[in-house]
Amino acid sequence: MGPVSLLIARLYGPRGWMTLAAFALALFVVFPLCNLAIPEGNPLHLSAYWVSLVGKIMCYAIVALAMDLAWGYAGILSLGHGLFFALGGYAFGMYLMRQIGSDGQYKANMPDFMVFLDWKEFPWAWWNSDQFWWCALLVVLVPGLLAFVFGFFAFRSRIKGVYFSIITQALTYAAMLLFFRNATGFGGNNGFTDFKRILDIPVAIPSTRMALFAITAATLIGSLLLGRYIVTSKFGRILAAIRDAESRVMFCGYNPVHYKLAIWTFSAVLCGIAGALYVPQVGIINPSEMSPANSIEIAIWVAVGGRGTLVGAIVGAGLVNGAKSYFTQAFPEYWLYVLGLIFILVTLFMPKGVVGLWSQWKNRSA
Amino acid sequence: MEKPLGVETASERPSIDPAVDFARAIEHGKPDFAHGVILYLDDISVSFDGFQALNKLSLAIDVGELRCIIGPNGAGKTTMMDVITGKTRPDSGTVFFGQNIDLLKMTEPEVAHAGVGRKFQKPTIFEQHTVFENLELSMKADKRVRNTLFAKLNSEQRDRIAETLRQIRLEDAASRIAGLLSHGQKQWLEIGMLLMQEPKLLLLDEPVAGMSDDETERTAELFLALAGKRSLVVVEHDMAFVAKIARTVTVLHEGSVLAEGPMERVQNDPRVIEVYLGR
Amino acid sequence: MRILLIALLLFASRAFALEVANVEKLAFGESDEQVAAIAALVASGDPQAAAVLQALADGELQVAGKRVLIVKGEEATDAVTGAKVAPLPEEREGVVANNRLRRELAGALAGLKLTSPQREARLAAVKELAGGADPAMLPLVKRALEKEADPTIKPMLELIAATMELKDGSKEARIAAVRMLGGSSNSNTKLLLLGVLEKRKDGSFAEPDEEIRREAQASLRAVEGRLAWGERAGILFTSISLGSILLLAAMGLAITYGLMGVINMAHGELIMVGAYTTYAVQNLFREHAPDAFDWYLACAVPASFMVSAAVGMLLERLVIRWLYGRALETLLATWGISLVLIQTVRTIFGAQNVQVENPAFMSGGVEALMGVVLPWSRIVIVVFAAAVLVGIWLLLTRTRLGLFVRGVTQNRAMASCVGVPTARVDTWAFGLGSGIAGLAGCALSQIGNVGPDLGQAYIVDSFMVVVLGGVGQLAGTVYAALGLGFANKLLEAWQGAVLAKIVVLVFIIMFIQKRPQGLFALKGRAVET
Repeated sequence: MGPVSLLIARLYGPRGWMTLAAFALALFVVFPLCNLAIPEGNPLHLSAYWVSLVGKIMCYAIVALAMDLAWGYAGILSLGHGLFFALGGYAFGMYLMRQIGSDGQYKANMPDFMVFLDWKEFPWAWWNSDQFWWCALLVVLVPGLLAFVFGFFAFRSRIKGVYFSIITQALTYAAMLLFFRNATGFGGNNGFTDFKRILDIPVAIPSTRMALFAITAATLIGSLLLGRYIVTSKFGRILAAIRDAESRVMFCGYNPVHYKLAIWTFSAVLCGIAGALYVPQVGIINPSEMSPANSIEIAIWVAVGGRGTLVGAIVGAGLVNGAKSYFTQAFPEYWLYVLGLIFILVTLFMPKGVVGLWSQWKNRSA
Repeated sequence: MEKPLGVETASERPSIDPAVDFARAIEHGKPDFAHGVILYLDDISVSFDGFQALNKLSLAIDVGELRCIIGPNGAGKTTMMDVITGKTRPDSGTVFFGQNIDLLKMTEPEVAHAGVGRKFQKPTIFEQHTVFENLELSMKADKRVRNTLFAKLNSEQRDRIAETLRQIRLEDAASRIAGLLSHGQKQWLEIGMLLMQEPKLLLLDEPVAGMSDDETERTAELFLALAGKRSLVVVEHDMAFVAKIARTVTVLHEGSVLAEGPMERVQNDPRVIEVYLGR
Repeated sequence: MRILLIALLLFASRAFALEVANVEKLAFGESDEQVAAIAALVASGDPQAAAVLQALADGELQVAGKRVLIVKGEEATDAVTGAKVAPLPEEREGVVANNRLRRELAGALAGLKLTSPQREARLAAVKELAGGADPAMLPLVKRALEKEADPTIKPMLELIAATMELKDGSKEARIAAVRMLGGSSNSNTKLLLLGVLEKRKDGSFAEPDEEIRREAQASLRAVEGRLAWGERAGILFTSISLGSILLLAAMGLAITYGLMGVINMAHGELIMVGAYTTYAVQNLFREHAPDAFDWYLACAVPASFMVSAAVGMLLERLVIRWLYGRALETLLATWGISLVLIQTVRTIFGAQNVQVENPAFMSGGVEALMGVVLPWSRIVIVVFAAAVLVGIWLLLTRTRLGLFVRGVTQNRAMASCVGVPTARVDTWAFGLGSGIAGLAGCALSQIGNVGPDLGQAYIVDSFMVVVLGGVGQLAGTVYAALGLGFANKLLEAWQGAVLAKIVVLVFIIMFIQKRPQGLFALKGRAVET
């Protein structure tokens, strides 16, 4: 066998690849066809609502993947992943705000909120933000750098477990307060919204939406395969070893700080990319994305799906967010009960999540 | 000015940040065992909130030596190992590996890289990994992040793992999850992991605790076979085991050396008897 | 012009109940005329004038044709004569006071109340005028000053008089006024003195007389010094107040997290449960025992402790018990509990904030020094926090439960061996921590809004306190809470509330990286992980 086929075999078995191919078919062929080619009114037509809902959930699934890499494999439970997600969103949102040009309410060449605050110049953070490539770079750099610096100090001081979780929660909380201020320069409470164009193409037309959808789907599948590559490598085994017996890893001659820092930063960057894909599809980004509650919800997606499985993270993100959009429409007052009970019951009775139940059931019937 | 070929000036040499790239930093500091001593502990003191765990402890281990260390609970045996492996920083004193490597300036992974392997009192292995993976991870190799992302086992490395599996008698359990092994097997696996590291000095904290007589017997054989090729420091409570393998025994008491010498002499030392029996 | 008018009016005959023209001007005139009418009515010093002005301020002054009426509910009196008017005329129209008029009215009413026989009314009036008064009222103030004997009110009146004197008076009078002002500790006085010293654009001084300027300079220094002390005292108090609130919020956590090692993310919601219990008790008192309303807290304090403790013990039994030793899972499960609690409260009490009223003895405040008012509610909370702290300390060190808790937290297996019922101790200890959260909620309900999200606001802060103080250290928790209170308030005075909070959080994050064990942690023997 050549190195490529070896690699393919290492990532997934034949059935795994078949399932993945089926999903890819659904996302890249069925969705565009049903949305664009089949006219409205036909029962097979998929409305824009479904495209944006599934697109949104795929962004969340990327975040869940990132979370699973850090938590499921390296044992680092972050309660601040919402921050990285939001930072990616804000970085790309800056570009989208600049693309509005002078079509805002005030017809000025600046975002409305800056006109409203009577600002004459862009704040320094907006430097070069009218360039797509620059903002795309920021999407990766800002969450990556923040995670790297924060992680460097935290892991070096051997902060771990719950302690680390609480500090990441404080970090995202502090960032949320910061972004709520108008003076910070990112639109305060309201954040960014009313996007008009992306790369000079109108953002709300069906073909743009479908293109964003396809890019998100590709990113999700790419992240899954990349994640799978990481966890099946020696690096991945060392991560799990750090999770289970960090001191033994150290006395084996590995420096856990480097390994944790690597996966933590990678995870943050993945979140940033997910955030950047999320903003043009959902059409808004504001500081509430950084609230501690949002970040901790990410953890439950992973727990529901089954941590340490990658696929579980995607399944969990889909299940919880699917349930959320159903409940918040049908029974808004019950959603918090449901979510709360998911948190409690999953941790008590389903430590391996849905994927764990599935494989248990398969083993029993086999 | 032209400089002669092959000579690089200090400024041209890539600067190495020890916190970022420890592995390379160690490469150019090979331990020097010219004097036949592998480990020097000199005047080490450690205290925790007023409790004097080590009190001016001095100790030297020769290359290839098998040294047993005994002592009642709280004598400072585990703390001594913590100091050597970089886990605890002493209040005063020096620890040298060979003539030239100051272990006190190193972190745990750096100490491991220099050639010191440690086995914990409680067997500490990667319980979620298979036995094979446990050995693979501890194998001597480039242990930097970038390398591990692309690392592949070559046939020579597979052979080494297979050989160690034979040595620790876990050939049949290679693909079992390590957490499912018996206590004695876990002890063996940990020893095997140490061997894969190819350390020059092995620190073994109660290696035969929880082993059957048969297993203990085999462990003794293994240690005796290793002595000479590597240096071993064994901390043990099992006096029969110590008597079987010991050449030189050191008795620790209240953080410093109480007695040192061959087993018979130490066993008959009145001070040692006093410490063990007098309370 | 206005002064002239007032002077004229002062000498005018007071035989009439009220000058009809003034009342009519007030009711029908343009706003300039209305202002003049107010001044005229004030100068009359007539009690009926006060009634008219008060009616205007309260929106009770109405006109019916040419008549001006004061309408209170279904009864009306004639504004000029004070005679009853019955029946109530059909077509009436309210006299609307614009903002300018309202300002004038406030000052005018205060001026009239200066001679009120009630001390409280006079004190309130003096305070109102100290904020800035129309110099036209000087004669009134002087008249009041002659009669005033109260040791608190008299010096304040003197200051007001000086303020007015400064604006127009003889040189001697103004020097005397400037000296007088030097004894003030009101920030308005500072502005006044600064105005005296102001240099105009052309280089000339607002006050041409150099002697007066010198005196003003000296007085200004004195006032500024006093104001600075007042400000410091204010910051000191608010810091202690915030510190005690943080302490209350964090003390329960110091037991559940610090001693037991349970990460209870629902701690904030247990605080909220305590606050809502207080609200419920308050409602019960209001409905069934309105006479004893002032005593509802005596009932609410134990009630909030017990309700929160009961909820906590229930949670421990049902959920947390099964997750001991699995910290991250505990964290997630307790977060789920917090969501359920929030939604439960929303279902029962509604999503809106509810009002918890202070008992009478806790409203108002005590004026400490330099115009700094310390609200009673906050003082009571500082004392309450201290009392709870002492209580916990006694409980942990002097009782059998405390001994058990400490034993279990130090060595569970050993405690169990010597016959300590560890499972029950866990439940009780968790109940204790939760109950203290309930007490915190009861206290918080007295100074802020009570809503379903109350707990969320405190969870990050209280964890920071415990982590900063060092896990398992009650003393550390106290120092950390007070320290954070001070840091927050000092930074707030300098950089504003939000930035202060961010700076403090960032500081804690950095501090913990330097000292992961917190401020006060025992240096333990290195144990194997």
